[in-house]
Amino acid sequence: MAPDPLIIAGKTFSSRLIVGTGKYESHDVMQQAHEASGAEMVTVAVRRINVTDRAKGSMLDYIDPKRYALLPNTAGCYTADDAIRTARLGREVGLSEWVKLEVIGDEQTLFPDNEGLVEATRVLVKEGFVVLPYTNDDPVVCKKLEDAGAAAVMPLGAPIGSGLGIQNRNNIHIIKEFAGIPVIVDAGVGTASDAAVAMELGVDGVLMNTAIAGASDPVAMAEAMKLAVVAGRQARLAGRIARRRYATASSPPEGTISG
Amino acid sequence: MRILLNGDPYELDRPVTIEGLLAHLDIDPRIVAVERNLVVVKKAAFGETPVADGDQIEVVNFVGGG
Repeated sequence: MAPDPLIIAGKTFSSRLIVGTGKYESHDVMQQAHEASGAEMVTVAVRRINVTDRAKGSMLDYIDPKRYALLPNTAGCYTADDAIRTARLGREVGLSEWVKLEVIGDEQTLFPDNEGLVEATRVLVKEGFVVLPYTNDDPVVCKKLEDAGAAAVMPLGAPIGSGLGIQNRNNIHIIKEFAGIPVIVDAGVGTASDAAVAMELGVDGVLMNTAIAGASDPVAMAEAMKLAVVAGRQARLAGRIARRRYATASSPPEGTISG
Repeated sequence: MRILLNGDPYELDRPVTIEGLLAHLDIDPRIVAVERNLVVVKKAAFGETPVADGDQIEVVNFVGGG
């Protein structure tokens, strides 16, 4: 296949898979899973440092900055203000303008707060951030985020960590059709076929954490996801056949011995 | 002198800068970001930014996340 890079805000990635760093049983397993995934960008969370006990080695020791771009998130923020503060802190830790923007609206579903998300996107874009908002699978909100200056939109496939797969394929399809910026399906992937389906819908990439970190064998699942994203992308570009209600024979109808 | 450090009260026996506070806490300044009274302090300014009584200081780093 010819080179088919993912380009976000002028930065080129040869992998269309973005992976997380949370929930791994060890830094070692995380490192191996990252390697197996082929990803070139990994998400991280911004949290208060434990000022009394920092015996554990830093997770960053297991992420080669030459190999992986860090994408700090604003997970756990329930207001635009908190997300903006967290993004500013993340920029200062990582010395990068990139942020996966989350403004959460509901604790149980972790669905985004659309209003807060658009507002925070607008503010952070003005401050020079490359904003990748985690959003509902809503084409109208995605368009608003694009208008607010987002570098990509990242609609959920299903609730974070649910593993339910792409719940609204039609919306994801419409979001991609409307978007003038890359679309990354973020959250909801449970297994490789979900990632392939996302890519077959035409999106530009997939972001996942739990599907890999929570698998029985995270390293093997990471490789499965790598292959699924590549397969889904290639199938999309290859142009699938039309769906039909009835059979069309693959073998010639004439010349059978019963004729 | 008493500050609020990552949400908890914290006593300091003498005035310090952000740099001094991090050294006192044995924190590598390269891996953290610091917010003082809701405003991010640039790393380059750690050495010249004083910590005052009653300050609300946040010290954050990167952890695993999705």
